[in-house]
Amino acid sequence: MMGLNELWFLLIAVLFVGFFFLEGFDFGVGISTRFLAKNDLERRIMINTIGPFWDANEVWLLTGGGAIFAAFPHWYATMFSGYYVPFVFVLLALIGRGVAFEFRGKVQSARWTKTWDYVVFFGSLLPPFLFGVLFTSILRGMPIDADMNMYAGFTDFVNLYSITGGVTVTILCFLHGLSFLTLRTVGDLQNRSRALAKKVVWLALAALVAFVGLSYDQTDIFTARASVTVPMIGAIVIAYVLAALFLTKKRDGLAFVSSGAGIILTVSVIFASLFPRVMISSLSSAYDLTVYNAASGPYSLKVMTIVAVTLLPFVIGYQIWSYYVFRKRVDGKDLTY
Amino acid sequence: MDELFLARLQFGSTTIFHFLFVPLSIGLVFLVALMETHYVLKGDERYKKLAKFWGHLFLINFAVGVVTGIIQEFQFGMNWSDYSRFVGDVFGAPLAIEALLAFFMESTFIGLWIFGWDRLSPKVHLACIWLVSLGTMMSALWILAANSFMQEPVGFVMNNGRAEMNDFFALLTNPQLAVEFPHVIFGALATGAFFIGGVSAFKILKGQEVDLFKKSFNLAMTVALISGLAIAFSGHAQAKHLMESQPMKMAASEALWEDSGDPAAWTAFAWIDSENQENSFEINIPFALSYLAYEKFQGDVPGMKTLQAEYEATYGEGNYIPPVKTTFWSFRIMVGAGMVMIFASLLGLYFSYRETLAQQKWFLRAMVALISFPFIANSAGWIMTEVGRQPWTVFGLMTTSASISPNVSTASLLLSLIAFSGAYLILAIVLVYLFIREIKKGVEHHEAAPDQKAGDPFDQEVYL
Repeated sequence: MMGLNELWFLLIAVLFVGFFFLEGFDFGVGISTRFLAKNDLERRIMINTIGPFWDANEVWLLTGGGAIFAAFPHWYATMFSGYYVPFVFVLLALIGRGVAFEFRGKVQSARWTKTWDYVVFFGSLLPPFLFGVLFTSILRGMPIDADMNMYAGFTDFVNLYSITGGVTVTILCFLHGLSFLTLRTVGDLQNRSRALAKKVVWLALAALVAFVGLSYDQTDIFTARASVTVPMIGAIVIAYVLAALFLTKKRDGLAFVSSGAGIILTVSVIFASLFPRVMISSLSSAYDLTVYNAASGPYSLKVMTIVAVTLLPFVIGYQIWSYYVFRKRVDGKDLTY
Repeated sequence: MDELFLARLQFGSTTIFHFLFVPLSIGLVFLVALMETHYVLKGDERYKKLAKFWGHLFLINFAVGVVTGIIQEFQFGMNWSDYSRFVGDVFGAPLAIEALLAFFMESTFIGLWIFGWDRLSPKVHLACIWLVSLGTMMSALWILAANSFMQEPVGFVMNNGRAEMNDFFALLTNPQLAVEFPHVIFGALATGAFFIGGVSAFKILKGQEVDLFKKSFNLAMTVALISGLAIAFSGHAQAKHLMESQPMKMAASEALWEDSGDPAAWTAFAWIDSENQENSFEINIPFALSYLAYEKFQGDVPGMKTLQAEYEATYGEGNYIPPVKTTFWSFRIMVGAGMVMIFASLLGLYFSYRETLAQQKWFLRAMVALISFPFIANSAGWIMTEVGRQPWTVFGLMTTSASISPNVSTASLLLSLIAFSGAYLILAIVLVYLFIREIKKGVEHHEAAPDQKAGDPFDQEVYL
């Protein structure tokens, strides 16, 4: 029987899965602007493909953060204070990115646009990398003491494993963005998106193999919940092989679904391996934060459950509607000049 | 430098900076929605143009408001982890609901509104902007429910040294919220109204598109007057409520060291000596404080020394007197600015009615300067509210010094303070620069010059 503590862990996992799936492709589109666009027009088309969506996609992160605060205050307190410096950079990146979309076209000057384009690029590159570092290092365990406070040094954040995790997540988002672009653009740009995606998908597989290999050495994801995580890891590999196949066959829709499934499964494996822990202490397993010792009281969880279960269907409903309204591909020829 | 000081500096600067944009967004989107409503109902194309013009300014402002809000949400955990642990059970819920209910709505429907002019029917498009407006107001409701808990904790029990929620309904019916919410919302509407009023006055003064800007001026001043009166009434209700919930804040905002005696006089000006706990000079208006506190011309208001003794008996030894000069003067700045705004909106409506607005050059110039007033009043109001609550973060439950993150170093705090302040500075400069550009372009030019729009990824024409 699933209690409310478990349910809230699941809900938060869903919010982060949603965040990486949705914002994953708009991070990817932001990264692609530097690798794919030949000129300002193409860059503008690419940014327009995510124009109506990126803001709402980012709210999945804000809601995930808020849900952690409400359901697991100790998790929220330990993580945000412990990862202080990485979060400063995440926030700077998200701030820059958020205004850059709005500002870049406001002044007719090449230098102005170029400046904000770089902000879009780095603002899209840095968050997936830092979130990758964050989640992999949580999985590996961080120095958390008996008072639930994390006192981490440089090598706790920056090591081969966490960097591999960061790079992997970034590449997965990059690929996801490219396959999104094949669905939202036409002609030459679409073909080049697909061609680049075909290369990046192998990079993604290589990064995943390295990441899974290191995880075997550095974490307990193969022992803690092997019956769940091992099949999921198998499914991730299958998803990306399928993505490669569909890209070759120009089945763009299925390629996007496969790359999306890959992201969803990757984030799910991280959460499944963590459970019932939310933060792992490298000092002693007695200091682990779990869904039980980090949680709000049962009353608070009950209220939040009622609110979330009532509201989420509406939220998902109108977000799907907005994707439906803007289902048409972004075509360069229709741009007003 | 000590960590508490840096954390407080960061909280203060982030909150004040964020709250420059929030009320302007709430106010502007409401007024834009009114303009679009006029267009959809009456079919008057001029109001469509106005909605688009003010909508452009709203969107620039909204973007900055959103990104600074992200820091606002995460800094509780980053800088105030002990506070987050202590109240997360109660305080986290409204924040999560705010995201779920308001942020999703705002962000989705703003996307639909920006890109949907030609893709949605006029009525559905209009519904989108109203949903954005509703979203901004609901966002305010939930964040103020959280803030009200800090002013007046309700609906909780103490369990294992933490405040745990035991009555969600009590959070929503918190009497503090009932007086704080309308005050903030009408303050926000007035901010949007004075922005539109001031910019319109500037354009009228320059003789550019006078007819169009007279329309937005009129609408803005109507909203400004209604809001101004509502601010005054809800502000008065708040002062009255303060007597029950936080009498120390009331006493500090009056620089009232000793009990006032009956009836209580209101101090308009005081030379405050916090060291010796006395005022060396005061200008008093008899009876007025009794009226402010109790709505009648009698009644004694307790002074800070009396309350300090009471609090020591209740909460143990300590200094329970907030920074008096800050609380006293921020209150007066807020009230003063509010009075001027009510008077200005009356005058503006009078000139509009007499159709002499374009000739009143002095008044139009004054209206441009008055754009700053709601921002000053908003900031001063929050400074009074938050500084006046000191030494508490949660009144009577947790002090500010016990709230900070024990594991965050001074170096980290300095890094984030410098990084965020730098970002705020850049954002502020770019925002003002873009505002001025858009305002100079005017309404018709916006419509007529497609080459200006071509560069804008957020224009629906580009998107087609």
